[in-house]
Amino acid sequence: MYVSKQKHMHNEHTDEHFQFRIDNGEYIEPRDYMPEAYRKNLIRQISQHAHSEVIGMQPEGNWITRAPSLRSKQILLAKIQDEGGHGLYLYSAAETLGVSRTEMIEQLHAGKAKYSNIFNYPSLNWADIGAIGWLVDGAAIVNQVSLQRTSYGPYSRAMVRICKEESFHQRQGYEIMATMMKGTKDQQAMAQDAMNRWWWPALMMFGPHDTDSPHSKDAMKWKIKRETNDELRQKFIDKTIPQAELIGLTVPDKDLKWNEAAKKYDHGEINWEEFYSVIKGDGPCNKQRLSHHIKYHEDGVWVREAAEAHKLKTNLSVV
Amino acid sequence: MTDTQLDLWEVFIQSKSGLPYIHAGSVHASDMKMALQNARDTYTRRGEGTSIWLLPSKHIVASNPDDKEMLFDPSNDKIYRHPTFYVMPEGATHI
Ligand SMILES: [Fe+2]
Ligand SMILES: [Fe+2]
Repeated sequence: MYVSKQKHMHNEHTDEHFQFRIDNGEYIEPRDYMPEAYRKNLIRQISQHAHSEVIGMQPEGNWITRAPSLRSKQILLAKIQDEGGHGLYLYSAAETLGVSRTEMIEQLHAGKAKYSNIFNYPSLNWADIGAIGWLVDGAAIVNQVSLQRTSYGPYSRAMVRICKEESFHQRQGYEIMATMMKGTKDQQAMAQDAMNRWWWPALMMFGPHDTDSPHSKDAMKWKIKRETNDELRQKFIDKTIPQAELIGLTVPDKDLKWNEAAKKYDHGEINWEEFYSVIKGDGPCNKQRLSHHIKYHEDGVWVREAAEAHKLKTNLSVV
Repeated sequence: MTDTQLDLWEVFIQSKSGLPYIHAGSVHASDMKMALQNARDTYTRRGEGTSIWLLPSKHIVASNPDDKEMLFDPSNDKIYRHPTFYVMPEGATHI
């Protein structure tokens, strides 16, 4: 008994022992041993996720002042505030890995850290707010539900909190779409047009096919990701098609059909050329999204400076 | 003065009186007042809590995961810490 314990202790700082813990279904906590590549992979994924929440506030923020009613304006404000909160939970989780908030924001501004490609598309009219909530949050939820079981404790806990808040996001979007589909011919056409523009980018949110996904193998082995891109995409498709049909929207995919044998929908080819060109920076809004973030970050410098100066002048600091 | 993301604080929330405070996450803030406001805005938008504790992250004292066995082994040799260790007279109830 004593001997085996000793042996166990000697092995705790090895990749083998780490993998043993992962395979055993254990969660990894900030001060536990972890391979450097695991840490790097997590920092990349969590910071990208955090940046997506924050950048994602822009296309929706675009419609706050033009929301068609006080009710819809209140809802949209609350939703966008949630997204800011999600960004903060995730930055917190990434910070436990030893990267600072400052570094993460610098990497975003330098174009070294990515955010979800979907937010490089414009929100052209009110129907887009419906499509974003329903399809974009809908796709994000499928991913985030799966990530509740990610192997890194702080990331998993952030996901649990986020998932609790997300369900209203998707419902408010679907409600907008359903309302427009019950409206005038023009309103129906607007909803369908938004569906046509957001459907394929939403499918791309899950990333490249498993066969072309560079980070997937390690992320699956370490249980950072629990399901593959294609598995998650399929879940989203199977959930969403009946919702579209229910309110009379057509999915813009002529190859889409129910596969009775496999009990799932088969879908058409995704335009990966578009995906990679948007990632590279050639999407409709890449420059605008980043320059907006940089501008407001820089505009906030004096506020942070004033807060620090105020701290030194008062007894409100405990340091 | 160089730009700063302000100090890091840990947030603990009590969901209702009588229950323990549970770690919720962290916030950045320059002082106690801002930390409280930010924690409120970030972690309790849906009635998640009735009370918040905050402390600067750098003041947290934590055990080292390497000391896990030394600190937390279940002390199987001290089985008298468990109620099932004791022999009760036949017929004893409510004990
Ligand atoms: Fe979110
Ligand atoms: Fe959301």
